[in-house]
Amino acid sequence: MTDNVRADVESLSPETAPGTVFDRYAAEGVLAYQSCGDCRQAVFPPRVLCPSCGSDDLGWEPSAGRGTVYSATVIAPRGKEPYTVALIDLDEGFRMMSIVTAGDDGAVAIDDPVTVSFRLAGDEPPLPVFAVEADR
Amino acid sequence: MSAAERSLRGRAAIVGVAESSLGEVGPGISSLDLIGQATVRALADAGLSKSDVDGLFTHSAFFAQPVLTTAEYLGIRPRFADGTATGGSSFVGHLWHAAAAIEAGLCEVALIVYGSTQRSHGGGLVASGAALTRSWETPYAPRIPASAYALAAARHMREFGTTREQLAEVAVAARQWAKLNPAAFVQDDMTVDDVLSSRMVSSPLTVRDCCLVTDGGGAVIVTSAERARNLPRPPAYILGAGEATWHMNISQMPDLTTTAAQESGRRAYEIAGFGPQDIDVVELYDAFTINPILFLEDLGFCAKGEGGAFVSDGAIAPGGSLPVNTNGGGLSYCHPGMYGILLVIEAVRQLRGEAGDRQVARHSLALAHGNGGTLSSQVTAILGDESTL
Repeated sequence: MTDNVRADVESLSPETAPGTVFDRYAAEGVLAYQSCGDCRQAVFPPRVLCPSCGSDDLGWEPSAGRGTVYSATVIAPRGKEPYTVALIDLDEGFRMMSIVTAGDDGAVAIDDPVTVSFRLAGDEPPLPVFAVEADR
Repeated sequence: MSAAERSLRGRAAIVGVAESSLGEVGPGISSLDLIGQATVRALADAGLSKSDVDGLFTHSAFFAQPVLTTAEYLGIRPRFADGTATGGSSFVGHLWHAAAAIEAGLCEVALIVYGSTQRSHGGGLVASGAALTRSWETPYAPRIPASAYALAAARHMREFGTTREQLAEVAVAARQWAKLNPAAFVQDDMTVDDVLSSRMVSSPLTVRDCCLVTDGGGAVIVTSAERARNLPRPPAYILGAGEATWHMNISQMPDLTTTAAQESGRRAYEIAGFGPQDIDVVELYDAFTINPILFLEDLGFCAKGEGGAFVSDGAIAPGGSLPVNTNGGGLSYCHPGMYGILLVIEAVRQLRGEAGDRQVARHSLALAHGNGGTLSSQVTAILGDESTL
């Protein structure tokens, strides 16, 4: 595991770069986020300073990968399968955009509970995507 | 709010405005040609010469360094240049920056200008900047900008019971205003049902909930209030403005139902010494139908969550209780990628009383509100005639 990577701005390197560390966790099937050592703010997308308090004491934490749909929109390109793009509020307190696949009723609704999985495509880093939980 | 910022109230005025050719200008005409056309027209309106211009304010997605490219084409060597790039709101921001620069003696005559041939270029939006920085949204293929505004609309519907019919009312009101504006790109009849039954772009927004994709441009000339009084057109005084930006990406917007217009509007009202109840005519950046609903709430024309009800039953259409987007807006008049310059131009024409069939009855005080990015940048300006000083 890549846990306990802490890097202040002076030790920024290709190995400790926030996006790189996120991808290393993703390769292990973990949705990681940063947590501010000073103000405890959950931080996403990854960066080198806390957008809340300005501290560069950011540590990595694994998310449980569970959250709820904050908002959602269905996009139906001509000649292709429709898909749902949503904003997910993770239980740890950060928000991210993702794709959500629906439950048995076929729809994604605001406030639906969702769980992460990782989609693999070619040489791209594993991509966190979500599915509506059957019951929670 | 500093005393210095407060003291800018009414110190500068808009003395010339003009649109370039609008709609679909056809192949061979460049965005720079539209910038030149608008500049010539606006200077003529102001009774000034190009040699009077010593401040240049512009932004564009067509050039990497918009100020440099524009200055070269126009043959202007500005002693003050401002390329503030906050998307479509940039040009409302430029207004306030010009007022500050003029007051500080950094320039005397400011040209704010924009031109775009995005429609003739293939009908797609021209995006600013190269994607050299990783996006945490692009891998999920949202249709930006439409999906960002769709997410805001969906959340507003969930929290406040706003309906698709109410969103459609915004588009229908814009169309009714457009029918009074000979320069509007689309003028055919449109009903709420027409909007609802149109092709869905990104739910809950159909193509009729989305702005036009047109060519177009415009220019605005700003100078000191003293100099403005010796020029031919009635000055539109810049009474106050506020700029606010809280995020760039829609996934980072703190609350999808409250925009930074709440902050920009509060500051603009405070400087101007007026409130929403005083405003005669309102020009809001309507890239999507959810925008005017959010901005009417955040700018204090109704309470949070009541925007949908507020726009219903023709309330913002011609003859309604509040004239909003009197040129037909980005939804039915013109939306050349960035719309901000055009809402300033319409506000000035209304203040002067020269808006023809769409002229509102009371026209001393106008509010022009620009939006940029994905509900990201919000800039509010309050303009008034001589009686409001």
